[in-house]
Amino acid sequence: MEAGTMTPRADRSLLERSPRARAADPILRWTLTALAALILVLIAFFFVRLFIEAKPAFDKFGYVGFVFNNNWDVSKEIFGAWPLVVGTLITSAIALIIGVPVAIATALFVSELAPRRSRQPLVILVELLAAVPSVVYGLWGIKVLAPKLQPAQQWFSDTFSFLPLVGGPVSIPNCFIAGLIMAIMILPIVSAISREVMTTVPSENKEAALALGATRWEMIRMAVLPYSRAGISGAAMLGLGRAIGETIAVTIVIGNAPQVPETIFSQGYTLAAVIANEFGEAASDPTHRAALIAAGLVLFVLTLFVNAIARYYVNRAQRGQRSVPQGMAG
Amino acid sequence: MTTLPAVSARRRITDRFMRSLMLVLTIVAIVPLILILYYLIREGIGAWNADFFTTDPTGRFLGDPGGIKSAIWGTIVMVALASLIAIPIGVGVALYLVEFGKQGTFAKIVRYFVDVMTGVPSVVFGLFIYIVLVVTKVGGTFAAWKGSVALSLLMLPVVVRSSEVVLNLVPDSLREGALALGAPRWRVTFRVVLPSALPGLVTGSLLAVARAAGETAPLLFTAAFVFGTQFDLSQRMNSLPLQIFNDVSQAQDRLVQRAWGAALTLVVLVLILSLVARLVQRRSRLA
Repeated sequence: MEAGTMTPRADRSLLERSPRARAADPILRWTLTALAALILVLIAFFFVRLFIEAKPAFDKFGYVGFVFNNNWDVSKEIFGAWPLVVGTLITSAIALIIGVPVAIATALFVSELAPRRSRQPLVILVELLAAVPSVVYGLWGIKVLAPKLQPAQQWFSDTFSFLPLVGGPVSIPNCFIAGLIMAIMILPIVSAISREVMTTVPSENKEAALALGATRWEMIRMAVLPYSRAGISGAAMLGLGRAIGETIAVTIVIGNAPQVPETIFSQGYTLAAVIANEFGEAASDPTHRAALIAAGLVLFVLTLFVNAIARYYVNRAQRGQRSVPQGMAG
Repeated sequence: MTTLPAVSARRRITDRFMRSLMLVLTIVAIVPLILILYYLIREGIGAWNADFFTTDPTGRFLGDPGGIKSAIWGTIVMVALASLIAIPIGVGVALYLVEFGKQGTFAKIVRYFVDVMTGVPSVVFGLFIYIVLVVTKVGGTFAAWKGSVALSLLMLPVVVRSSEVVLNLVPDSLREGALALGAPRWRVTFRVVLPSALPGLVTGSLLAVARAAGETAPLLFTAAFVFGTQFDLSQRMNSLPLQIFNDVSQAQDRLVQRAWGAALTLVVLVLILSLVARLVQRRSRLA
């Protein structure tokens, strides 16, 4: 029967669509559901394949041995990832210590103190930092930042040699520079999420503080910071997740020396950097390759863990208001 | 009439100090951006000339190092292919989450794992594609299309999350209006929801494209490095980030010079994409 003809039929009402037309809705629904399911399958597959490929390394060195053994020697085929783990932790710690306070201050300044008209330009400027590719940070870090900061680092190293992890000669590629570059790279996301959380502080709280005679800073300290503490912690954890996984910039500026760094000014290595750097030579050596994949798996699990904590805090802070600032979603 | 007692000097000074400190730290946050742009332009512009954009890297140890034609071409091709994979799937998943899944258990699980994907370091994605497609020698070893697949994995969560935010902004009254007029669900989706969300979807996708264009690590394991301009997607293909990475690790000044020129090109490319994304966003009627 032609669609559109007015001939009535006993089994179907005039307003009802033909079976073929009705099939479109379930098709759309199930196609989209399949796409969503595809993501889950992909991640499961992802994890399983990484694990299978890393298994030879774990079999040879043991799970604990691989992570905690302090010896990464490619020529002797001994792969203990401890120097890489320590390097990752030290550089990420430096990144957080430098980056997070600056990011929070920027967020506070933009959301509470800056004149209204300068807010949007400031936000865009900070977000532009996120647009600079990692490899460009690496190029700038090794060719400009590291040589220029070398004298200042040497002075610091000599003057504060009584502090732990400080002292001795400063090499040009080193852990501190890597941490500093990471700090710049995590700044936009930490700042954006902190700002997002600060906008959820009820203005009643802020106005109440001001009405009681608090100065601007006292208002921030008593109304804004306590309210947004969970969200800021979450933002810092997200930044940590980024820092741990940062690869190319770090590979370029850290010096790639597979030993536990003696000071923050010595060369080091991170889990991500080792994969990028040694992958070429590992192609022909199955044990080495398995070790690099195992390093990738450790990195993966570490970032999963850190991000899970971060999400928990950020979600708690945003309470139902589920939105990540545009462009920061990655 | 009584006047309030003046704020004590100590509190006033603390307030002044903390406010200035925050201003100074905000400036500190912006200084690196200005420094990077300054050095990029100063060092990079010198490398720019007609030959720089129209010749391939020669790979000769001495003499003319060549330009970056193959790298620009490779980046455009691979990112375009990655977008063709990631954007339809990403928008599709976002549609599922907003139109069908809503707050159901399955949708929540999917949302959680999309977040998980966001946090996965790009180097791990590269490693994954390397294991699955390169080591197993699916159609040769290193290939441009494998690089695109790795980049698309990276873009996918960004596209899903940004699309979801935009699709959620489409007012329910529009959907209900269309349904009440007798439109089937798929027509509501394609003729009402997607068109009203389009500018936002474009913005999110462009930002994902900009992110993918700057990624080095996933390409390192998948598309690998090559000098010449490559039109075959099943062969190795050069790209801007890899060209820069390779040139930085060389001790030769003229290669470092080319790295600066390529870096400036890459940053200009990414900034244009981000700028277009913002302009589209501004024209959007939603939000």
